[in-house]
Amino acid sequence: MKMIQCISPKTGGTLEVLGMDVETRQREIKSRLGVVPQETNLDPDFSAYRNLLVYARYFGIPQREAERRAIDLLAFMQLDEKRDVLIDKLSGGMKRRLIIARALVNEPELLILDEPTIGLDPQARHLIWEKLRSLRAEGNTLVLTTHYLDEAERLCDRLVIMDHGKILVEGAPADLIREHAGNDVVEIERTEKAVARLDELGVNYDLAGDVLQIFTDRPNDVARELLEVCRHEAAVTVRPATLEDVFLRLTGRSLRE
Amino acid sequence: MIDITARVQSVWRRNWDAFLRTYRVNFIPPFVEPVLYLVALGFGLGTYIEAVDGTPYPVFIAPALVSISVMNSAFFECTYSSFVRMYYQKTFDAIIATPVSIDEVIAGEMLWGATRGMIYATLMLPVLLLFGVVAMPSSLLLIPFAFLAGLLFAGIAMCFTAITPSIDALNYPSFLFITPMFLFSGTFFPLDLLPQPIQYFALAALPLTHVVAINRAITLSAFSPLNLFNLAWIAVAAAFFFVLAIRLMRRRLIV
Repeated sequence: MKMIQCISPKTGGTLEVLGMDVETRQREIKSRLGVVPQETNLDPDFSAYRNLLVYARYFGIPQREAERRAIDLLAFMQLDEKRDVLIDKLSGGMKRRLIIARALVNEPELLILDEPTIGLDPQARHLIWEKLRSLRAEGNTLVLTTHYLDEAERLCDRLVIMDHGKILVEGAPADLIREHAGNDVVEIERTEKAVARLDELGVNYDLAGDVLQIFTDRPNDVARELLEVCRHEAAVTVRPATLEDVFLRLTGRSLRE
Repeated sequence: MIDITARVQSVWRRNWDAFLRTYRVNFIPPFVEPVLYLVALGFGLGTYIEAVDGTPYPVFIAPALVSISVMNSAFFECTYSSFVRMYYQKTFDAIIATPVSIDEVIAGEMLWGATRGMIYATLMLPVLLLFGVVAMPSSLLLIPFAFLAGLLFAGIAMCFTAITPSIDALNYPSFLFITPMFLFSGTFFPLDLLPQPIQYFALAALPLTHVVAINRAITLSAFSPLNLFNLAWIAVAAAFFFVLAIRLMRRRLIV
């Protein structure tokens, strides 16, 4: 991400952003990018509004124009009321929204977001998702990294799953789910009877801790079979497959640290 | 090569805006400091000292007070304050995501440090005039010269900031470099009272010595050819540390 933003030197290969080489045309690239960093680095010496004005100045945006954009962006991010409030007094969700507003101040052609909703409560996340979707609907290009797979599933048209710096798969979330996890998942606690029944039926299953997961296009049939053998011993759940299933199947369940 | 364009002013302006927002506290030291020192040292201790080489003691220390204030304001701005912006507030990271280069961020910080020194000298001048310890109009030169002297101390400070592992480690240069300069740069007694080797050491390694020499010439309106040497020393050192600070900071921040 930092190489795309022209902050870290590229370590190898070729890298072009908006058709420009990252080594020779850093300023041009940066002037057309909007960056939402993972770490909150708003300027604590200023209010929300002044943060946007000061940031606009780094892009060389004239004062008048900057004021107009700052007011619009505060309204768009529902921060009007916090206009003159210092950064310290904003909640985590407000800070993230203000950072997104700040990233939009130069009307970027490409918006890069690094974990935009990390550490936020559900309301704050949903508000940010809503704003990002409306930006997307206006035709903006967003590139975002996230560990929240529900976030990726909701926001992305195209998705790349990476592990240890290598691309594993690439595609639309729905296609990836269909391809790598199937439509549905049946989950049941691991009991001998259940395992025996599944082996008997010749159905493949994954073991996730104490839970057996069966990825299948015929969830009801599988669930019925399982219920027959262990009706009173274990709960059977049927749910649609998610990106998280895809991710875990592709990258394994061991902790990566 | 050092990559600096007009965008450097946006970094300087950021610090100027922050300074104005808290101007009340910022404006206190330059008014209070000279009064305290002049009363305690100039008119208190000074009653035992008739004159230094024919100059009344308060008049002798007045230019040193300006020099010290310029040194402190520029040095502490570009050590502790810059470190806080760089390390804790991540302000530098935020700026280099824009078309402003890392070189411009560091240069802007140093130019701001120099400006702060100049602001302090400007605010001290009327106080010193009130005490009748500086000559006019030559003392107006204190103001532009404070910018150059401030730039020197800002550059040295930024070099320390670039290599310091933590904010606590900045105490080393404060106590081992700034405090000795405060005392041994011809500030409160003439340099030639010291043993010859220490005099040479002061001239070679304590930048404040040259700053005090020039400021004293300015406030007494008594210039000597030696001041040209002082001025050249400061200009060369300021340029050297300016460039060195940017190079050290690049090494620290580009990862």
